[in-house]
Amino acid sequence: MAAKKLVEVGTWSAIAIAGAAALGGIALHRGESINAMWFVVAAICVYLIGYRFYSGWIATRVLALDGTRATPAERLENGRDFMPTHRSIVFGHHFAAIAGAGPLVGPTLAAQFGYLPATLWLLVGAVLAGCVQDMLVLFCSTRRDGRSLAHLARDELGRFGASAAMIGTLFIMIILMAVLALVVVKAMAHSPWSTATVFATIPIALFVGVYLRVLRPGKVLEATVIGVVLLMLSVAAGGWVDQNPLLHRWFDLDERTLAWFVIGYGLVAAILPVWLLLAPRDYLSTFVKLGVVFLLAIAICVLQPEVRMPALTRFIDGTGPIFSGKLFPFLFITLACGAISGFHALVSSGTTPKLISKETDVRMVGYGSMALESFVAIMALIAACVLDPGVFFAINTAAGVVGADPVTATATITAWGFPVDAAQMQELARSMGEQTLFGRTGGAPSLAVGMAHIFGSAFGEGLFALWYHFAIMFEAVFILTVLDAGTRVGRFIMQDALGAVWAPLGRTSWYPSVWLASVLVAAGWGYFLYIGVIDPNGGINILWPLFGMANQMLAAIALAVVTAIFVKSGRQRHAWVPGLPLAWLVTVTTTAAWQKIFSDDARIGFFAAARDMADKLAADMLPPERAAVAPELIFNQQLDGWLTVFFLLVVWTIVIDMARGCYLHLSGRRVAPNTETPYVATQLA
Amino acid sequence: MSALTTIIRRLWSGLRAFSGDDAYERYLEHHRRRHLDAVPLERAEFHAAEAERRWSQVNRCC
Repeated sequence: MAAKKLVEVGTWSAIAIAGAAALGGIALHRGESINAMWFVVAAICVYLIGYRFYSGWIATRVLALDGTRATPAERLENGRDFMPTHRSIVFGHHFAAIAGAGPLVGPTLAAQFGYLPATLWLLVGAVLAGCVQDMLVLFCSTRRDGRSLAHLARDELGRFGASAAMIGTLFIMIILMAVLALVVVKAMAHSPWSTATVFATIPIALFVGVYLRVLRPGKVLEATVIGVVLLMLSVAAGGWVDQNPLLHRWFDLDERTLAWFVIGYGLVAAILPVWLLLAPRDYLSTFVKLGVVFLLAIAICVLQPEVRMPALTRFIDGTGPIFSGKLFPFLFITLACGAISGFHALVSSGTTPKLISKETDVRMVGYGSMALESFVAIMALIAACVLDPGVFFAINTAAGVVGADPVTATATITAWGFPVDAAQMQELARSMGEQTLFGRTGGAPSLAVGMAHIFGSAFGEGLFALWYHFAIMFEAVFILTVLDAGTRVGRFIMQDALGAVWAPLGRTSWYPSVWLASVLVAAGWGYFLYIGVIDPNGGINILWPLFGMANQMLAAIALAVVTAIFVKSGRQRHAWVPGLPLAWLVTVTTTAAWQKIFSDDARIGFFAAARDMADKLAADMLPPERAAVAPELIFNQQLDGWLTVFFLLVVWTIVIDMARGCYLHLSGRRVAPNTETPYVATQLA
Repeated sequence: MSALTTIIRRLWSGLRAFSGDDAYERYLEHHRRRHLDAVPLERAEFHAAEAERRWSQVNRCC
């Protein structure tokens, strides 16, 4: 027994020392480049230690997870959503649900500050905040019959809290869909290969849908295998389209046209029966997503690429070309999903708690999945940082910032201290099968170049163009899944709200209401997408911070609900476990929102930008193509400003409401009832 | 040899459970245990209803 204990102490000491050494190496290294394996080792050690010690402590001491207590999956089993499921399967489901494009795009953009700030926050944020949030929300929901976040908010904070959570969710989804749609549109613009491949995924999904419905009902695995093979063929076929002069012209589309296509797609897919397009696309995207994550991890370990980005860049002063604003708070707003994501609270209080067969599984499913998600973000960061910094900035900086022609753009970026030349960019674009890689903002193209570099070098040279378009297809396929699924869920929330105005509009199967609500949701994100497309500065610099703030505020709402539950269920001694991340999120989002509203710097403040552009328009200082879109951009900046004000008010009202409720409860003036489902002993073995 | 087949069989059933390939069998099994008197849904009906239910809530993140 003593020997076993000794081995355990020795192993964990070794992990701690390895992690500390790797982190120290990353932080103190100041050479030309640093090997990516340092990041992999540091990350894995930090997650292991966080999981073993912090989540272990939370599980036993704070939550007192009880393996003998019957879970909702057991008590309410119905053979469908409530279903006791083995924890590794639940882990897989939960991870597949929470892993999206956010942790890929966020770190790519945040790399403008250098590799160090993003690495540190991805690790610290995940271990102390993100994983904790997912685990605690999952626990609270599991103890309350698998209720949703909105339902928990209503129980703990009252009607207002619930409405705020619901409206907050809807707005966040609209901004999220807009920004992700923009990422896809930017990746497809004037790239016939990417466009043809992404378009081909639609008939493939339709075929899989018909296969699963008519030909072989429910045979998910064989349908998925066929679909994935077809997707691979579509990547190769895209290359053939690119070579064919006629097809090349057909698929060579500008951003505005593509934006209309994407909006139309989202709308149609949300109205069509789910089995036809939405569900089969999701099967495909889940497998491609997990496959790529796995492949990327192997490729990074095999190739052990050198990270060329410096530890810190000059842009921590707030003058960044990809997005403006200082390291604090904008690093945290930008990284969002890879460290802590409010959206996860919706899944942790949605499908997952209804599958948990044993309460103790909450630790592995909640904490563990988020640690893995954070690792995906670390890999995306590595993929961005293995590029030459000059190339990274050339791809990710909009033409409106560095100039449209290659010579000016490369000269500007070189002057920042990141040498790059036009010939190098031309050669890179040629090897990736693209016309140009200048100003391809949104994060997807630079991630795809990074992944092509890693995959191409690890698994065979000379296939860069195929790997590049494979990576684009991989990102596009699950972004489109977010668009159709999000439009559909947004429609239900919208119908719920409309039903309060006129009851028939709340009927989810009445077609006029279905169409109206779907059009409203698609128009909502379509508007922001359209503005992002016409914005000469790329749109991402406006939309991504807005999305990041909204996402972090949703996390704050979730943590406020958890804190209230802690106080009311006799866990006030440990209320700092959700309370500290909550205080941090409120600080970060309030600072960011404050700057976005009140900053006089036109690159940061929404209203300042609107004033600046209005002044320039009045003084006739704008070039004609900018003057043409200026009124729309001015209106949008003001709208974004008011949206930020709205987000800020929602979060503060909820936090104050939560604090008031906790005070009343603790001082004995209004003792809240226990909302937990009473204990029932499990019958499962 | 038998250890290897056990591992492969486990992996296969895990993959089926993860992808939802065995959802109908699990539903039938549940139905046999709990609802002896009612007639279970047909395979195609079940999958259609499942798709509808699953996509009426948030189950994919950013």
